[in-house]
Amino acid sequence: MRRRAIITALAAAGLGLAAPAVHAQGSAARTLRFVPQAGLSSLDPIWGTQYVVRNAAALVWDMLYGVDSQFRPQPQMAEGHAVSPDGLVWTIRLREGLRFHDGEAVRGRDVVASLERWMVRDPMGQMVRALRQDLAAPDDRTVRLVLSAPYPKLLHALGKQAAPCAFIMPERLARTDPFTPITEAIGSGPMRFRADLWEPGRRAVFERFPDYLPRPEPADWLAGGKRIEFETIEWTATPDPAAAAALLQAGEVDWVEAVLPDLVPALRRNRAIAVEIADPMGAIGALRFNHLHPPFDDVRVRRAVAMSADQQDYMRAVIGSDDVLWRRSPSFFPPDTPLYSETGGEILSGPRDLDGARRMIAEAGRAGSEVVLLNATDLAPLRAMAEVSEALFCALGFQVVTENMSWGELALRRARKDPPGAGGWNVFHTWHAGADCATPAAYTAIRANGPDAWFGWPQNEEIEAAVAAWFAAEDLAAERAAVARLNEASMAFMTWVPTGLFMSYQAWRRNLSGIGKGPMPLFWGVAKT
Amino acid sequence: MLAYIVRRVLATIPVMLVVAFFVFSLLYLAPGDPAAVIAGDQATPQDVERIRASLGLDRPFLIRFGEWLWRIMQGDLGVSIFTNLPVSHMIAQRIEPTTSLMILTITLAIAIAVPLGVVAAWKAGSWLDRAVMAFAVFGFSVPVFVTGYVLAYIFALELDWLPVQGYTPLSQGFWPFLENLILPSVALGSIYIALIARITRATMLEVLAQDYIRTAKAKGLGSGGILFLHALKNAAVPISTVIGIGIALLIGGAVVTESVFAIPGLGRLTVDAILRRDYPVIQGVVLLFSFVYVLVNLAIDLLYTVFDPRIRY
Repeated sequence: MRRRAIITALAAAGLGLAAPAVHAQGSAARTLRFVPQAGLSSLDPIWGTQYVVRNAAALVWDMLYGVDSQFRPQPQMAEGHAVSPDGLVWTIRLREGLRFHDGEAVRGRDVVASLERWMVRDPMGQMVRALRQDLAAPDDRTVRLVLSAPYPKLLHALGKQAAPCAFIMPERLARTDPFTPITEAIGSGPMRFRADLWEPGRRAVFERFPDYLPRPEPADWLAGGKRIEFETIEWTATPDPAAAAALLQAGEVDWVEAVLPDLVPALRRNRAIAVEIADPMGAIGALRFNHLHPPFDDVRVRRAVAMSADQQDYMRAVIGSDDVLWRRSPSFFPPDTPLYSETGGEILSGPRDLDGARRMIAEAGRAGSEVVLLNATDLAPLRAMAEVSEALFCALGFQVVTENMSWGELALRRARKDPPGAGGWNVFHTWHAGADCATPAAYTAIRANGPDAWFGWPQNEEIEAAVAAWFAAEDLAAERAAVARLNEASMAFMTWVPTGLFMSYQAWRRNLSGIGKGPMPLFWGVAKT
Repeated sequence: MLAYIVRRVLATIPVMLVVAFFVFSLLYLAPGDPAAVIAGDQATPQDVERIRASLGLDRPFLIRFGEWLWRIMQGDLGVSIFTNLPVSHMIAQRIEPTTSLMILTITLAIAIAVPLGVVAAWKAGSWLDRAVMAFAVFGFSVPVFVTGYVLAYIFALELDWLPVQGYTPLSQGFWPFLENLILPSVALGSIYIALIARITRATMLEVLAQDYIRTAKAKGLGSGGILFLHALKNAAVPISTVIGIGIALLIGGAVVTESVFAIPGLGRLTVDAILRRDYPVIQGVVLLFSFVYVLVNLAIDLLYTVFDPRIRY
């Protein structure tokens, strides 16, 4: 018996106080106590696109399709689909017996309303919306989408893991304006959200939905049968990482989603705890250029920065001394994913050439230019990368003006297209979740479509042609060829500089089994003894 | 007295108005944008703008302030931008842990610090006095979060006597409630104990030098009677003033303590709201803290009349 249990019993008996709640062993095994990366403050996965919201939503809501670990969309709520020979008409049939948590059956019109709302907010959804001629539900189990041009990646769009996911909600909720949050969390997923127990930002409780119909296939990421072994999953956000680690050591929680590298040695000394990399696809660090203004409007200057930047400097600044947590990556795509390509990446993997870079900058007539570097000081990885860039730009002979600010301020500032001296900017750092970069599906940052591109507004026809080739590809070989071409074009144009791939640890008590690695915590298949 | 209390309560209204104006203005001027946080990294500027408009953040300052003030006057603190829940509901969810933590900390601090200060003054210059003062310096010098981590490491992780973190409501039993609050209260109370002990000692030294104390000793009154019946009562006014001032320290300290011990209180609610720029929640909580602070000051002023009957309002 643990010492605290004895003390508790003595205190209760001796003081004549109310007996503490004692959970039976079976009850404890039926509850999973999880510490998420952040507190859950919203439960509308379309309105708010934070990862923590997406992760919670994946318990509550289901999708027509879901990607597996090879990024292949597999049927989920869909029984199957048919595409007309010209690729313009998609008919999706729903599985029989699907129910929402309020007891209502899932109908075609729920799907239509949900997709209509999702299409407004999601970049891939917006592409579908632009092609949509009709989206209707001829009957309760059928949805029909008519397009003006073929869109072979429709199932990717419907099943992708990148937020916002195409979750299916009851029509009454899905009719909510996409820029206004829904007021109830009613889905048809494996877990029901206990709104009555929700303490926003701190605690969220999910209980098993008895009427959930898992698919017969084994679970694989968002695909397959999402069988939950627990009656209850309790999320308790612990903003202090040291407190979260202490909780895990004390056995007060079962699983911590994100663990600081500093705390890992102490956790590893505890035999009851397992520590592993959470997501091998990690995050790709990015040095983002503003293509509208000098000096980075010239591709020679951007390439000069790339040929002199050392990913090791960036990654050690972000991670520290734990070299397990980062990888060199001469690519815009995460390693070990089906489409990974290093074509054209020699500029990042070859020897660093500071003198050559200075010469190229001089040839471009940009030597000694002023560079406005936006530094988000409240996010440690971004601050660390900005410090490395500041030193690099100085070494390249630029006059660096570092503007320190919060991420919230940076998010506003980066949208400004004004010249750097008039409230604009030249460079900032960010990162992109590796899983979101595994295909061009939801990879907004890879695009170079000028005014419609992500911040920095790069414009390059070769890149856009490669993206279009991926969207049009009908098999894996064609997709790989398109991505190799995309990587090469992006390296040549140096849309932005990948500063390395970094990862994080997760930790859990060894009495849990079935914890997988992926872009989000996957609760299906996890069990506790 | 009653008229004084009514006057003081009425005087809180302009104070609260000024606080409300400052809080609203500061948040309006502070950089950052909740719409950008909600929209996420992939959102277009147009998306962010639409969310900002749906939240009403694109309207002029005076209109937003006027509407907010009007709602406050009707007892409506608004709705959280992120959770879509009423701010009053969110405060109600979080007020019990913070109140419990503060009451237990104050009780603990007074129970320990006042006797320590009295004894230190009585034995001024002795090893006991120096030990108390050394403890006070230590209490002042070590930040709450360091004390918190050390206590959690020793008593929760190593000895396994108390839980690492969390909060159990009183309704689930007194011991479960208490065991979660012992470490946070000690951590938060250490600064407070140091402060009160020092003030008590200093004030008591002054009082103990008074003629009437010497007279009491000459009459053969025992040490306990002299210290706690005569001297302490006369030293109570400055001590209670410091306790009142310390409430502000407690509010600030509670924010840190609640983070270290993962207590779901108002401190954490405030920090989370600030990080996300959830303006209605920040405004509501700061107003509440200000109101509590004003009330505590009023209570302290009234306590003066109890300790010193010469004081009249």
